Amino acid sequence: MGKIFAMVLAALLASASAPAAAALNVLACEPEWGALAGELGGDRVKVSTATTALQDPHRIEARPSLIARARNADLVVCTGAELEVGWLPVLLRESGNANVQPGRPGNFEAAGFVALLEKPARVDRAAGDVHPGGNPHIQTDPRNIARVAEALSRRLAEIDPEGAAHYRARHQAFAKRWSEAIARWEQQAAPLRGLRVVMHHKLPYLVGWLGMTEAATLEPKPGLEPTTSHLASVLDELKRQPAKMVIRAAYNPPRAAQWLAERAGIREVVIPFTVGGNEQAQDLVALFDDTVKRLLAGLH
Amino acid sequence: MFRKRIVAAAVAAAVGMPLGVHAASDAELAQIRDELKRMKDAYETRIQALEKRLQAAEASAQKAEATAAKAETAARAPAPQSGEAAFNPGVSLILSGTYARLAEDPANFQITGFVPTGGEVGPGRRGASLGESELAIAANIDPRFRGYFTAALTPENEVEVEEAWFQTLTLGSGLTLKAGRFFSGIGYLNEQHAHAWDFVDQPLPYKAFLGRQLGDDGVQLKWVAPTDLFVEVGAEAGRGRAFPGSDREKNGFGLAAAFARLGGDAGASHAWRAGLSYVRTSPNDRRYDDVDSAGTEVANRFDGRSRLWIADFVWKWAPEGNATERNLKLHGEYFRRRESGTLTFDVDGASAFGTQVDRLSSAQSGWYLQGAYQFAPRWRVGLRHDRLDFGTVDIGHVANGTGGLTAADFPVLASHSPSRNTLMFDFSGTEFSRLRLQLGADKSRLGVTDRQVYLQYVMSLGAHGAHKF
Repeated sequence: MGKIFAMVLAALLASASAPAAAALNVLACEPEWGALAGELGGDRVKVSTATTALQDPHRIEARPSLIARARNADLVVCTGAELEVGWLPVLLRESGNANVQPGRPGNFEAAGFVALLEKPARVDRAAGDVHPGGNPHIQTDPRNIARVAEALSRRLAEIDPEGAAHYRARHQAFAKRWSEAIARWEQQAAPLRGLRVVMHHKLPYLVGWLGMTEAATLEPKPGLEPTTSHLASVLDELKRQPAKMVIRAAYNPPRAAQWLAERAGIREVVIPFTVGGNEQAQDLVALFDDTVKRLLAGLH
Repeated sequence: MFRKRIVAAAVAAAVGMPLGVHAASDAELAQIRDELKRMKDAYETRIQALEKRLQAAEASAQKAEATAAKAETAARAPAPQSGEAAFNPGVSLILSGTYARLAEDPANFQITGFVPTGGEVGPGRRGASLGESELAIAANIDPRFRGYFTAALTPENEVEVEEAWFQTLTLGSGLTLKAGRFFSGIGYLNEQHAHAWDFVDQPLPYKAFLGRQLGDDGVQLKWVAPTDLFVEVGAEAGRGRAFPGSDREKNGFGLAAAFARLGGDAGASHAWRAGLSYVRTSPNDRRYDDVDSAGTEVANRFDGRSRLWIADFVWKWAPEGNATERNLKLHGEYFRRRESGTLTFDVDGASAFGTQVDRLSSAQSGWYLQGAYQFAPRWRVGLRHDRLDFGTVDIGHVANGTGGLTAADFPVLASHSPSRNTLMFDFSGTEFSRLRLQLGADKSRLGVTDRQVYLQYVMSLGAHGAHKF
């Protein structure tokens, strides 16, 4: 018995002693932060992403493959605000990696650098899956991404001081490109201002950025699956005060939105929600290009 | 739009003026001038209005930025709760209860052919009964350690410390050390608490070989390899206070366990883990009750060595890794146990045979396979088959006729291979509540099929638990 373990250990140690790649290992909890780390780090970082745009970031399991990646990470970039509360703590503890534990420089929480909306006045699960810190879907407003980019660039420089100039330069270039892009999106999206929309899951950052108004949500309470009785009440509400479209993220199941769109005679708009949410949204700029385009298409 | 109109006006002005000079009469000229003035005035008003709107927008943007900055500071440095309450740990409570309809009297439950474990392995009580209420408290102790505590409050109004341990957070290099009382890391189901099970009870091999699950007082060292494939090895040393060991006053360790696991993904939709575990204990004065051929109740004791191997695998599927709508979880484990030592028949000399000592050696095995399929949001169906193989049990007393004993004096160890089939439906409105219906046909007892119906609730209050894979 002991012999077998000793042999396995020896084999593993041998494979591990191969020289590690010089690049900084970044594990991003969500694709948007993976893409951002790639933009800011360039070839000094090796980014891997724990979830895809087709997965609900609230409901991920601490899979063995993720533990292995957390074990080897120099930096973990996550949303925070309890979005990953069901899996990230286990992942970090099981990894045995001291550098990425909460409070260490290798643990970066994006939500700490933006103003969170919908902070509940009362924290009670009777109100659904509420996040005490506020709504965590901050990446749906590009201005938040700009704020996180600045903080993340500083964090990269802290962990990898040799690359400080590299990260600063890349951030400057990104920030310039990004603010120009924001101006473009805001101009393009001007017709969306004041529009009443139905959301599958609450996305106050997107709705607020584009000046839209949330008429209703398909989820009866945050994080609860739509029920037929709730959808019927939304439909009644729309009869009194119509909305222009129903918006869902790529990972939300389609049935509820389609049901409502059909009966209320409005458009269903599927936004990519994050990088990789559809074929077009393959990087951060394309994500918002495509989001704005799809929302505008919903007008007609 | 607006810009286009200005351009049009400018063009009109540029083109219109010379036109007026060359060919227009005074009246026409005045008309054109008037028109131009009107246009100019109109545009000036609109430009002024726009400028005002721009100013207002800028002001509100500044305000918003200021608010954002304020909130940012607030978010970065959340106002701490004052006093000692600020460091309250995460507390969660599990409530559970069952309504059981059992064809056979639970009082005469046994897993015939297998040494009784003394653990809570029975089918529970008939009718409505409260399950274990599980109180868990967890928090980081300091930057280096994390602590965890669970107490099970039993329906008999007893408190049982299930787990109470601390683990290291910053040992680094993939190492984690845990010490205290904890569920051993062996197998797949062993570490899971009852509220996380997919069925009301544990599979037969866990009941027969570990007395439900192995929890011990001791230390555990785990190491995750720095590889892309998940590789984890761990070793434990413990007191050996419960089955298959036995509690006693002794320096050193009564239980040693080791496990190794591999795991990974196969595409976005599949994840798997497989492992091999080993437990070695040296039970000393491990007792169980039996009835001899004359109907006298006797207490027997075992002294010797017990070695258990477990091979486990789990495979999970969800379309594109999104488990919200549909997902499947399939797992199975194979147990093989060898025990050898001495069996003391009738320790107290209560029977006509008197106390008799001879050898006992056994090689027994068991396995289960179970799946839970979520076919629609909130709804799952599950199926389980578990089975034990009697294998070989060599009772020296029977083989040698020691003291005139025969196989009839060891009815608990009668040749029998128990099996069971279980079907389960459950509904989880949220991840915090679960209602379950379970139907089972249990052949744990020799020659008897116990038809079982359970209704169960499992409710989680408080801190959001994070479950292992």
